[in-house]
Amino acid sequence: MNLKPQPFRHNNCGLIDRNTTMAFQFDGRTYHGHAGDTLASALLANGVRLLGRSFKYHRPRGLLSAGSEEPNALVELRTDARREPNTRATVIELFDGLEARSQNRWPSLQFDLGAINGLLAPLFGAGFYYKTFMWPAAFWERVYEPLIRRAAGLGRAAMEEDPDSYEKAWAFCDLLVVGGGETGLRAALEAGRRGERVIVADEDFRWGGRCLAESTPVDGLPGAQWVEQILRELAQLPEVMLMPRTTVFGAYDSGVHGALERVSDHLSEPLPGQPRQRLWRIVAKSTLLATGSIERPLVFGDNDRPGVMLAGAVRTYLHRYGVLPGERAVVYADNDNGDVTAANLRAAGIDVAAVLDTRRGASVVRALGGTALRGVEISEGGRTRRIECDLLAMSGGWMPNLALATHHGSKAPADTGTRHFAVPKTQRKCFVDFQHDVTVDDLLLARQEGFTSVEHLKRYTTLGMATDQGKTSNLNALAIVAEAAGKALAEVGSTRLRPPYTPVALGAFAGHHRGRHFRPTRLTPSHAWAEARGAVFVEAGNWLRAQYFPTTGEDDWLTTVTREVQAVRSGVGICDVSTLGKIDLQGPDAVAFLERVYANRFQSLAVGRCRYALMLREDGMVMDDGTVARLGPQRFLVTTTTANAVGAYQHLQYCHQVLWPELDVQFISVTERWAQFSVAGPNARQLLQRVVAEPMTLENGAFPYLACSNFILRNGTQARLYRVSFSGELAYEIAVPADGGEALINQLFVAGEDLGVVAYGTEALGVMRIEKGHVAGNELTGHTTAFDLGLQRLVAARNEAVGSVLARRPALLEPTRPQLVGLRPVNQQQRLYAGSHFLPQGAANTAQHDTGYVTSVAYSPSLGYWIGLGLLERGPERHGEVLRAVDLLRGHDVLVEICDPVFLDPAGERLRV
Amino acid sequence: MSRRYSILSLLAGALRGRSYWQPAWRDAAPKAGYDLVIVGGGGHGLATAYYLARVHGMRNIAVVEKGWIGGGNVGRNTTIVRSNYLLPGNAPFYEHSMQLWETLEQELNYNAMVSQRGVLNLFHSDAQRDAAVRRGNAMRLHGIDAELLDTRDVQRLYPSFDFDNARFPIKGGLLQPRGGTVRHDAVAWGYARAASALGVDIIQNCEVTGIRHSDAGVQGLETTRGLIATQRVGLACAGNTSRVATLAGLRLPLESHVLQAFVSEALKPLILGVVTFGAGHFYLSQSDKGGLVFGGDIDGYNSYAQRGNLPTLEDVCEGGMALLPALGRVRLLRSWGGVMDMSMDGSPIIDRTPIDGLYLNAGWCYGGFKATPASGWCFAHLLATGQTHTHAAAYRLDRFSTGHMVDEKGQGPFPNRH
Amino acid sequence: MLIPCPYCGLRSHEEFTTLGEAGRVRPSGDDLQAFADYVYLRNNVAGRHRELWFHAAGCHAWLTVERDTLTHLIHGAWPVNETPTSEAHTGNEPANEAPAP
Repeated sequence: MNLKPQPFRHNNCGLIDRNTTMAFQFDGRTYHGHAGDTLASALLANGVRLLGRSFKYHRPRGLLSAGSEEPNALVELRTDARREPNTRATVIELFDGLEARSQNRWPSLQFDLGAINGLLAPLFGAGFYYKTFMWPAAFWERVYEPLIRRAAGLGRAAMEEDPDSYEKAWAFCDLLVVGGGETGLRAALEAGRRGERVIVADEDFRWGGRCLAESTPVDGLPGAQWVEQILRELAQLPEVMLMPRTTVFGAYDSGVHGALERVSDHLSEPLPGQPRQRLWRIVAKSTLLATGSIERPLVFGDNDRPGVMLAGAVRTYLHRYGVLPGERAVVYADNDNGDVTAANLRAAGIDVAAVLDTRRGASVVRALGGTALRGVEISEGGRTRRIECDLLAMSGGWMPNLALATHHGSKAPADTGTRHFAVPKTQRKCFVDFQHDVTVDDLLLARQEGFTSVEHLKRYTTLGMATDQGKTSNLNALAIVAEAAGKALAEVGSTRLRPPYTPVALGAFAGHHRGRHFRPTRLTPSHAWAEARGAVFVEAGNWLRAQYFPTTGEDDWLTTVTREVQAVRSGVGICDVSTLGKIDLQGPDAVAFLERVYANRFQSLAVGRCRYALMLREDGMVMDDGTVARLGPQRFLVTTTTANAVGAYQHLQYCHQVLWPELDVQFISVTERWAQFSVAGPNARQLLQRVVAEPMTLENGAFPYLACSNFILRNGTQARLYRVSFSGELAYEIAVPADGGEALINQLFVAGEDLGVVAYGTEALGVMRIEKGHVAGNELTGHTTAFDLGLQRLVAARNEAVGSVLARRPALLEPTRPQLVGLRPVNQQQRLYAGSHFLPQGAANTAQHDTGYVTSVAYSPSLGYWIGLGLLERGPERHGEVLRAVDLLRGHDVLVEICDPVFLDPAGERLRV
Repeated sequence: MSRRYSILSLLAGALRGRSYWQPAWRDAAPKAGYDLVIVGGGGHGLATAYYLARVHGMRNIAVVEKGWIGGGNVGRNTTIVRSNYLLPGNAPFYEHSMQLWETLEQELNYNAMVSQRGVLNLFHSDAQRDAAVRRGNAMRLHGIDAELLDTRDVQRLYPSFDFDNARFPIKGGLLQPRGGTVRHDAVAWGYARAASALGVDIIQNCEVTGIRHSDAGVQGLETTRGLIATQRVGLACAGNTSRVATLAGLRLPLESHVLQAFVSEALKPLILGVVTFGAGHFYLSQSDKGGLVFGGDIDGYNSYAQRGNLPTLEDVCEGGMALLPALGRVRLLRSWGGVMDMSMDGSPIIDRTPIDGLYLNAGWCYGGFKATPASGWCFAHLLATGQTHTHAAAYRLDRFSTGHMVDEKGQGPFPNRH
Repeated sequence: MLIPCPYCGLRSHEEFTTLGEAGRVRPSGDDLQAFADYVYLRNNVAGRHRELWFHAAGCHAWLTVERDTLTHLIHGAWPVNETPTSEAHTGNEPANEAPAP
């Protein structure tokens, strides 16, 4: 296909691949470019110089630079779910079919109604919004703010889920070289030859930095050729890792660096299985910043017109991309780069109308033109004149790019170069921060209003706070402020640069932890079995637990749960309780240790017996409850709640290693080692007797309430049995090594078929424990003491036990404290609601009458009405009193009678059968 | 003297040029002595100074700030204001603060952009819902606005949240409609300007290096700008409180931690109000400039470095993606870190200290911004009258000894868990 | 931040939990005030100090880590019962320049 070459493509120069032509769209029009182009260079080659509109004043803008410091040419890249607003055209690698749109303009880039803001500019000076929008008071939210919010923001985020994936990786090296220009590559070679592990990273897709942009040779070779040569040498060194398209965006503690690799952003879409980007954590013993410099813009009137470019960028477009950025140029500099640029332009056949050097007394007063540069007005030797041009190549010299060096809080060293900072006297706007439209006038206004510190200045004017984070504006701002204050630049200070160096997609930080993989999913040993039986599951931390097991015909959970409870209390039911924390604890000092970690006494706990155990926090609050089973003279199995399994274990390790290392005790978490099932109901003994091997007997005398033992199943499996009951029925917990859990539950269901064995889930478990007044997570809020929960009788109150001393603080012993009660509705048809507050009858619904709240509720199949547990001031003294349980959020006001929290079998006879 | 602000003043300024405007506050030099000195020129210190002058008529007072005013946490927070607290010790205080926010702009003649677009706390389980109901009812009993939303309600407000593929599905949320955001810089500058106009000396670049005291009480402050005599000192130093309190030989129930916060590139409107995720530590709002402002947990280790590490950012982004999968392609623009004075129950301290004349306002953890007006009000009350304000009655220093902790989360004496 | 666990080597701090400053001594006896001081008061040093870290996702050892809270630099880490006696400051450092915001 013979395509017309792009009108501003240079015949000879450029490192692009002219054999590969690509088609792309910008604002709906189709253009062509080549492999090796960026969107910016390709647009420039097609003569497109108007690329965007500025944030506040909607001024027409074009390319200022050729790199990631670009403040103006921000486009919306791609469409639909992959749409990315605020993307710099200068770093987008061109690919075939690329679609991009300009931003922040309506109806079009050429004719943007928003430009009217420019006319109102005098009103829109720095900080103007602090001084107005206050009247009428209601208008801020209803009128002003919605308008401001709609006008703000440059681009629109995609609303669909990001279809691409992101990976994460770690890398380790002796030397991290940030920047793959001449300095970086030489350093990598040197270190690599010494045998060091080296990683070199560069944000660009080609190595070489300025070597690709300058006409001066390196070691006698044209820049690009020198780069190829050194890359060949580096390829020979196996310990050198080259990472192109990788931005080291942050320096963190311990030599850890964050880096973002753009794996497939340069393709129209990632290849199958390929991530879009990869987040690297690079741990480096030492780091070399070879990040080069950013060129400083000069400040004069209307210095933001499309066609005003940094001289170094002009040379980049000429030499790397083979693009002519204009036809008639003026060069303006305060350093030798001006002359170099002029020579390069002439060599490319571009007319150079003038070379202005501030050192020779020449300066630009203002740029002329609107949507495109038409010329400049200059001052030379005291006289002003106008020069026609469509390109102004300006250079204020190179500013070392020190961002990463300041991430740890150290200040950048003072800039001591001789630079030209004078701003011409003109009524026209002189831009300092292009992206936030901050002008010299704004800076001086801020000073006038007392915002003299750099920090205040920045926040008041918003300078340096845009997506380019001040890369091309910070130094000029400091200089203007220094000048106005009559201070040296070094005295004025600088603001702190922070990660990320350039913006990074949030998806890269989330990696694969998305959707269902946000957190791991932990499955219990009987999960597959429960799923096959149609269980509905509920999240319990990271666990999935069977919540209830609906059978055909049951279409509401309450019916199912009621049936499960009734089946347990009349027959036998089985529930997976494997998620409870379990800790295997052994040693000669085990009892002494347990008596310090728990509030209870354990000296008297016989081998083969369990005890309900209360763990206090050092401040006296109840931290967790569980059981302690003594399997041998020095062998214990401790259980905790599911939620506190990890925390309790950590606490035990703290007590052992930090507080009482002299106690001879060892322990380990075995939570995941044992599958454990609750077998509960009048038929429980009968069922278990069928799986337990002789000579073990479960007859009450031999294995009474709270007994525990190792034993063998009939099929030879090792197991443990604990006769503990949460439900209040005759109950056991049977445990086998975890990988035998599924087999065990199958076995139990086969063995118990004629006994009507039923599976029950966490809902039924909850109903039964509420019927028995057992406290659980809803009551163990971290605010309740043993006294509050009616468990004072378990507390041995030894000083050295955790929590013992501070539990005696006056406020924790006040009888007015909320304490555990039961409640039932006066009208037995009414439902109860957790989170309702207790208020007296006839009292207004105000905080002064609030005396407590409802912690747990359940429909009790045993009683035929709703019941609840709660925490009520002076609770135990108020049994029989009638109060209101008030839920203002959902409009409920229920008369309730306060009662004992144990609703069923208070003497515990069914337990001991 | 700073001029009155209004649209007319903007027009006048446009016509007459820059010289029309005056410094927003006097950058004062320290006098030899004052009736009272506040140490710390952040939001709380400046608010305290303002109310001391405006409500209690105290003019011979100063605020000393080691750097530039508003350079600490008030200058870099996530701007959220709310009064949706659970405990009776907290509810009236934060509601008082909320009401002061609602009239602040008129009070200070400074647009603090108080924007009450709602604060929504999502929940993802029955237990979380029950806890939200308890809290919402506590709020309502205190006369504070609270609404319980179900999944459909949340979906109507935020249709782009993940309702289909979430690891922890949204079951609903507790909404405080009057909650929202306030422009943080404006708060510091607004209070400074108003206090300065009433005669308060705001002394910048003045670090306290010593607290002179005897058995009779405080006598003065040694600073990098000289000795300042005074018999009443109020400390409002946030994360640096322990460092200053040490100068008076005091050990406090505080631990300083880094909290990171983040902002994205500016986008067209995407998020209406403030949303907190319930299945991980993550909260999100969108500033008027268009950037998404978000954050999560503290890093967890003691720090005065004002910066944190990558794992926190990774956790936060995971939470963000879990809530709003479209966030993947939105880009992080900048991160900050501040120094948080974490207390032993997650609640603040506004109280006298064992040293006569030395008063303490600290322990705000990461929630101090919303408290700024009420903190200033109550601290001013204490400093001026010697009496604790009723709304701050629970914030006593000795509560850890007596057992009257104000522990919203129930986490106990672990500062990095609040 | 990487913690030099004496058993496991240099590991990311994500694998650990921390309880803050080390060196607090749990009182014996029943003096409420002494116990409250032990549980609630902190030196909260700005500078080099020692803290307790638990290698939760590793060896489950409690470690004493000597770290600077201004710079995050780690100067040493030991099993909690093999910690050498400290020669470092135990009080607040003289007012260092806090890093510029």
